[in-house]
Amino acid sequence: MLNTIWLLLLVAAAITTIITGNYKEVVAAATETSGNAFKLALGLTGLMSLWLGMMKIAERSGLINLITRAIFPLMKLLYPKVPQDHPAMGSMAMNMAANMFGLNNAATPLGIRAMEDLADLNPNKKVASDAMCMFLAINTSSIQFVPAGAIALLAAGGSSDPTGIVAPTLLATTCSTVFGILAAKIFSKMKMFADTSDVGEENGTN
Amino acid sequence: MGPTEPSSLISSLIFLVFLFGIPFYGAVKGVKIYECFIEGAKEGFEVTVRIIPYLVAILVAVGLFRASGAMTFISGMTPDCLTRLGVTPEIISLILVRPLSGGASLGIVGEIIATHGADSYQAKLASVIMGSTETTFYVISVYFGAVAVSRVRYAVHAGLIADAAGAISAIIICAYFFK
Repeated sequence: MLNTIWLLLLVAAAITTIITGNYKEVVAAATETSGNAFKLALGLTGLMSLWLGMMKIAERSGLINLITRAIFPLMKLLYPKVPQDHPAMGSMAMNMAANMFGLNNAATPLGIRAMEDLADLNPNKKVASDAMCMFLAINTSSIQFVPAGAIALLAAGGSSDPTGIVAPTLLATTCSTVFGILAAKIFSKMKMFADTSDVGEENGTN
Repeated sequence: MGPTEPSSLISSLIFLVFLFGIPFYGAVKGVKIYECFIEGAKEGFEVTVRIIPYLVAILVAVGLFRASGAMTFISGMTPDCLTRLGVTPEIISLILVRPLSGGASLGIVGEIIATHGADSYQAKLASVIMGSTETTFYVISVYFGAVAVSRVRYAVHAGLIADAAGAISAIIICAYFFK
């Protein structure tokens, strides 16, 4: 899938470059964005360390267990194959909470941590598990109680009511989460997305 | 999304609750919080180094796509009936750019606010769309990159369906709330 998307982006870029003649801009973009990717990763390192440290404390003090137990009925529906006492439940719960409250800089480290925990349960390390796909779907559609970034933009632009978007955003993200979960559940049952890891070598679909 | 500061007051407060609450709770429970923190934090650099190639791959491809002008072509094809609903070409380009690039979509929202004013229907709709969708490709490449999964199965499909649902419901809900 990622192979296809990557190719599509490159093909579209190549064709439009020829049509528009934006050669210089495209060359500059290659240099700039690859540098930016590295800077972004580097910038993430501090936060990553901060939240991984915090997670360790939360884990050892039993805080994560407490949170996980509280929302377990919901988590069990979403991730039927993840055992209740597995660390993935805790890190996924923390990531979901961070996302809902608009804590983007905590959400990414916590989400990566959750993926690592899910990878422990994954028999085929190269292929995404159902739990991983469900986690991604919920993550990218997350219900927003506090759309911090959007509120900040409106406030900076001099809006008379920047928090007026909270209720519509909450409703819209509820819709997107419902669709994301349904899509992940339905896709997980479809043959074309089946985990072909048992069949041996990759079938070359992706 | 990228490492931006939580900017609204409520978010900052919740952030602080996490930041102080976790170590305080640990201390109360008798955890050696300093050593424990170091133990966890040690893994930070290793993880970010691991995601670099995935980030370069996605950000460069998106960068080339944007610089070539392909986006302008596509958003220029907005049908009239959508424009009448307040879904102008700039909103369409926001919806299309959003899954690819957080920075670029922030730029578009900023531009809409600057051109139409922060209290305009356009600005509100753009902000709700911004809050209701996610940089799906960035999240997928970072998250799956961290665990070196190359076959993501239906993660992209489900993520994009969620984004589309977010954008479409934002358009409908905003028409109800703000028009």
